[in-house]
Amino acid sequence: MSLVELGATALLAELEAGRVSSVEAVRAYLERIDRYDGEIGAFLRVDRDGALAKAEEVDRRRRAGQAVGRLGGLPVAVKDILCARGELTTCGSRMLANFRPPYDATVVSRLQAADAVLIGRTNLDEFAMGGSTENSAFQKTRNPWDLERIPGGSSGGAAACVAADMAPLSIGTDTGGSIRQPAALCGITGLKPTYGRVSRFGLVAFASSLDQVGPLARDAQDTALLLEVIAGHDPRDSTSVDRPVPPYHQLVRQPLKGLSIGLVREHYAAGLEPEVEAAVREAARVFQSLGATVKEVSMPHSKYGVAAYYIIAPSEASSNLARYDGVHYGYRTDEQAMLAELAAEQALYQSAGTSAAEPDSPLVRLYRRTRSEGFGPEVKRRIMLGTYALSAGYYDAYYLKALKVRRLIRQDFDQAFAQVDMVAGPVTTAPAFKLGEKVNDPLAMYLVDLYTVSANLSGIAGLAFPCGFSRGLPIGLQLQGPPFAEERLLAACYMYQQVTDWHLRRPSLS
Amino acid sequence: MTTRYELIIGLEVHVQLLTRTKLFCGCSTRFGAPPNTQTCPVCVGMPGVLPVMNRRAFELALKTAVALRCQIAPFTKWDRKQYYYPDLPKGYQISQYDLPFSSDGCLEISDPKGRFERKRVGIIRVHLEEDAGKSMHDEAHGRADSRIDLNRAGVPLLEIVSQPDMRSPLEAKAYLTELKLLLSYLGVSDCNMQEGSLRVDANVNLHVYTPDGHLVPTPIVEIKNMNSFRAVERALAYEAERQFKVWQETGQRLGDVPKQTRGWDDVANITRPQRHKEESSDYRYFPDPDLVPVIVSEAEVEAVRQSLGELPAEMRNRLEVAYNISPYDSDVLVNQGQALVAYFEQVAQQCGDGKLASNWIQQDVLRTLKERTIGIDEYPVSAQRLAELLRAVRAGRVDTMRGREVLARMLDTGRTVDETMAELGIAQLDEAQLMALCKELVAENPKLVADVRAGKLQAAGAFVGQAKRKNPNVNPARVRELVLELIQGQSEG
Repeated sequence: MSLVELGATALLAELEAGRVSSVEAVRAYLERIDRYDGEIGAFLRVDRDGALAKAEEVDRRRRAGQAVGRLGGLPVAVKDILCARGELTTCGSRMLANFRPPYDATVVSRLQAADAVLIGRTNLDEFAMGGSTENSAFQKTRNPWDLERIPGGSSGGAAACVAADMAPLSIGTDTGGSIRQPAALCGITGLKPTYGRVSRFGLVAFASSLDQVGPLARDAQDTALLLEVIAGHDPRDSTSVDRPVPPYHQLVRQPLKGLSIGLVREHYAAGLEPEVEAAVREAARVFQSLGATVKEVSMPHSKYGVAAYYIIAPSEASSNLARYDGVHYGYRTDEQAMLAELAAEQALYQSAGTSAAEPDSPLVRLYRRTRSEGFGPEVKRRIMLGTYALSAGYYDAYYLKALKVRRLIRQDFDQAFAQVDMVAGPVTTAPAFKLGEKVNDPLAMYLVDLYTVSANLSGIAGLAFPCGFSRGLPIGLQLQGPPFAEERLLAACYMYQQVTDWHLRRPSLS
Repeated sequence: MTTRYELIIGLEVHVQLLTRTKLFCGCSTRFGAPPNTQTCPVCVGMPGVLPVMNRRAFELALKTAVALRCQIAPFTKWDRKQYYYPDLPKGYQISQYDLPFSSDGCLEISDPKGRFERKRVGIIRVHLEEDAGKSMHDEAHGRADSRIDLNRAGVPLLEIVSQPDMRSPLEAKAYLTELKLLLSYLGVSDCNMQEGSLRVDANVNLHVYTPDGHLVPTPIVEIKNMNSFRAVERALAYEAERQFKVWQETGQRLGDVPKQTRGWDDVANITRPQRHKEESSDYRYFPDPDLVPVIVSEAEVEAVRQSLGELPAEMRNRLEVAYNISPYDSDVLVNQGQALVAYFEQVAQQCGDGKLASNWIQQDVLRTLKERTIGIDEYPVSAQRLAELLRAVRAGRVDTMRGREVLARMLDTGRTVDETMAELGIAQLDEAQLMALCKELVAENPKLVADVRAGKLQAAGAFVGQAKRKNPNVNPARVRELVLELIQGQSEG
């Protein structure tokens, strides 16, 4: 078995036993990236020198018997939306193509403190807006299982790099399914933690009340390991929760007794592909065989989730993205061209003798051009949606109504969790679709989030992992549990992965 | 045809709170630092950073609202007020919209000179928000260059909105003066208008009483750019006349035209219409998802109430009763601040005469403070020494005129009352010396004696003047008494 197939937990054991050095491990992954990422496009940048230097340092300390952090020498890929001091942090946007933050995201600091080797930055939909990673301003990322297909999104690069064994661990972010959906479509394990479990400081905001950073890995154990490192209270994030971090990596192997799982009646409606439904129902039977009781629960408001999500998320996005105006940092339009354009317009107005239509002031034109040129179409679409939803006269009908739906969906979950420990269901209606298939149909693209947005709206935890294949493409199962039930979700997943091998399958890459 | 009108004024005051650090980050709030040296990723609005509320700012805000007798909301949240401007780096200001932390308070104003009736000005709301940065437009080189200083961005700002309860520029000024005094007593703001730590906008319209007995409200105008209380007074007076003229010309009522914003031009002494910002109409407020709501318990409010200390209104009442001084006097003293009141109280207690202490402080001490532009803490004569001097005055050891000379000299030399009196040769004449001097005067001035006998008592004043020329240390009151006694004794004899 090659090093890259070990997975994080097994590789860490080798590192700790001194049988493998971090430099060797990092080299193995870098070779893998060299060989396959040209086709897959998971990474925006690979920090070869930085990664090797860090690996050498960890090896040196380990050999000298000095303290080594929790991830001691394991490579970790980071979605290019978490700030790292002095390093490019692009968010997949032209707007921040040259942006280097003077600070580290808390998650990045925690990874560094745990002696992770930050191997590179992964591709994403611009500002995490999308479900296919096709909205990146820089490149397409392809699904390792079928290069004609999308890897999911917005953490498409984060999922694809793990699926292709180009990194054992990867950090993603999930605002409406952006960890779980690509994890499902790429056949790996991905967790959206409870809102407040992981600090958002330094995560470039898309929708602040929904965004959460989380781990992607090959299986439950590896996911637990990474969660253990990044979770915890952060005084710099007022919404992070001050609550102890359990030893997830240790707890994940403890079998759950008397587990009860709910199947949500409303999940099995029109639109769900039969192969996906069959795989999910089969997974439920596997849990039954492991001693779990399975019963049907109802979440009557879940059908409004996507509608509410596409009001709330764009509303917050329209506000969060207002700062990209070309004044203080980031992309700025060509000022000479802008002034020339204005002068030409002015001359035109004058010759037409009309004073009714006044041209923009230079400031307004600077804003307009900068934002028109700096943002891609999906980001603009969401800024417009959100701006509209928050406007005077529409606020009550859209934003406030969506908040009410949000509360009702949370109530549905609370009621379900009064009956069962967790609910199981599909992550997506279908396996990965083809590149370009939905780019001209934003509504179809939004419906991809059908099963995932509810966890974000409710702030609860959601875990996705493989439970089958359809025509050679992975199918994901989602477990959703109450706030701070991450250890139970991971333990249930571990139990499942002990008796199934979906998570061990690898795409055949040429 | 006579048409009367009443001026209706509401004031919106912004005050910067005296915190060491900004409202949502750890940057210093110190005024006057070189541009953009007191900034960090949070107040510059960089991607991914998050605000964390400054507890101290909230405490100071709470203190102010409690002192303004506001209702304190048990639950308050933060909202984003969104507009584009280069000195607002996030594209929104963190403020409070529909659930301000306090509302429904009041501030009592009165005029010691009695020019208006004592009244309560209602406070609609007090809320906390972050300040924006500062734009500086430099159009010197033929092209408009704008520079942004973000040192001020994120400084905690308290917005205090009054009811439209004021009816004259004088009342508006009294409100501002009293508010400023309250804020400085509380120690929550330095209220320096030059440095922008206190800013005032006014909402003004008229209630016109038409000859047929109707009351017609005219459109509301917002006045900005008033840089001193004096400017507020003048702008309001100007606006009253201007609006009445507009009413006579157009007959426009409230609701006929959109609210207008005008700026005060302190040089031309007029208000001018300000360019209407099209985006100002819709700030798209919504709750800031980066911050958690603030919960305030009854116990916390009570603790703040207990910590307020004596506020100006209570202090005036107490001084009037305890030292038997007039409302006018207590007003003058209290308006000078706590340190001066403490000085006054020491002097009054140690000399045993509140009225005398008040007079001397108002006439002599305050004049010196003003001339030297110093505070009472820098005044060279301690309360104890001034009290000593006033005791001498009360005992008749020195008269008021000469007392002033003593004080003036003490200011420069720093010596004691006795030393200074000795230096000035002030020694009390004994009764025999004084009697001899008075007898001499009566003998020398038969004409004045005759005048006094004829009932012209003011002639006695001339004796006092002459006595002082003979010896500056005479006690004028005693001279007067003795002279009158002597003259009366002569006539009886």
